[in-house]
Amino acid sequence: MKAKHQRLTLALVALAALIGATLLAMSALKDQAAYFYSPGDAKKANVAPGQAIRLGGMVEKGSIARDPDGVTIRFALTDGRASVPVRFKGIVPDLFKEDSGAVAEGRFDASGTFVADNILAKHDERYMPPQIAGDMHKTGRVE
Amino acid sequence: MHGFANPARFLRIARPLTPWLAWGGVLLIAIGMVAGLFFTPPDYLQGETVRILYIHVPAAWLGMGGWTGIAIAGLAQLVWRHPLAGIAARAIAAPGALFTALCLATGSIWGRPAWGTWWEWDGRMTSMLVLLFLYFGYIALASADDERGGVSRVTAIFGLVGAINIPIINRSVVWWNTLHQKASITMSGSSIDGSLLWPLGFTTLGFSLLFGAIVLMRMRASLAQIRVEARLRRMAGE
Repeated sequence: MKAKHQRLTLALVALAALIGATLLAMSALKDQAAYFYSPGDAKKANVAPGQAIRLGGMVEKGSIARDPDGVTIRFALTDGRASVPVRFKGIVPDLFKEDSGAVAEGRFDASGTFVADNILAKHDERYMPPQIAGDMHKTGRVE
Repeated sequence: MHGFANPARFLRIARPLTPWLAWGGVLLIAIGMVAGLFFTPPDYLQGETVRILYIHVPAAWLGMGGWTGIAIAGLAQLVWRHPLAGIAARAIAAPGALFTALCLATGSIWGRPAWGTWWEWDGRMTSMLVLLFLYFGYIALASADDERGGVSRVTAIFGLVGAINIPIINRSVVWWNTLHQKASITMSGSSIDGSLLWPLGFTTLGFSLLFGAIVLMRMRASLAQIRVEARLRRMAGE
């Protein structure tokens, strides 16, 4: 075996071992490295009331309601498997709307409502001009 | 590949190629930027902020592509002892770090209006920040080397090992729940509408050509430096 081939074999073996180790580490990290719980995950993981977590999902259609005080907003986050009622007092980002992704930071209260301290909007991977979006689904909120 | 092992032959090709890459890149970037800033429609949801895409995506692509180049150069140096590999890797490191930083900065500026936050520790953002730190580590290691333009074997190994982060960045949005959206452009097509997409092709190709030109210039500067030092040493010896 020529030295060059020896080095190539060594490099490839080392690389394969490294990739294997990383894949193992990443799959072990799968749950811990998640940025948020989906409503289904939160139910499955039995998140205790009062524990600070992030909850992410789609804002359920027709679920957004404002309390009479004008600054408290209620809506439901869903992932198709489960739906969680969320309460938030404050200003939501511009992209926050029905049928769109959002992440709430906060905790469950004793009744199972998620009380958010902060709301982040999630943008999906679809980008299009307003005319096309208007034709595809009448969102009603076109800027 | 070993045809380029001879620096003189490399220079014969690199010298005329550099201005073509540089000016071609600048032209494509200019077309893409003017179109992206003034002529494409706004996004239905984000409005005008979508335009940052035309810098953010090429910056991410070159940040990751740069490290891929460093890893390939590391392999070429370790296995084939290619004499230009270390010089190429060292030339890539600084512009690669710059584009990675540009990607993080533009992403942050976009994140404020779109998500409502400058920074979150989600999988995509964290792994991209790790890439920036890997670049800093590589640059520090390379400048500690005494390798006459190239990099030491330890630095080459670091470049190779660090490449493991590239597929992690790419897959982060698939493996984990992230705030960052999933890939828009995949093998099966693009979920960015054509009217918004086309300037992105111009800026991505344009920045790539410019990146190539910068790397070639830096490699030529390294080779010139080696020759200067060799000549000085010869003169001192006489």
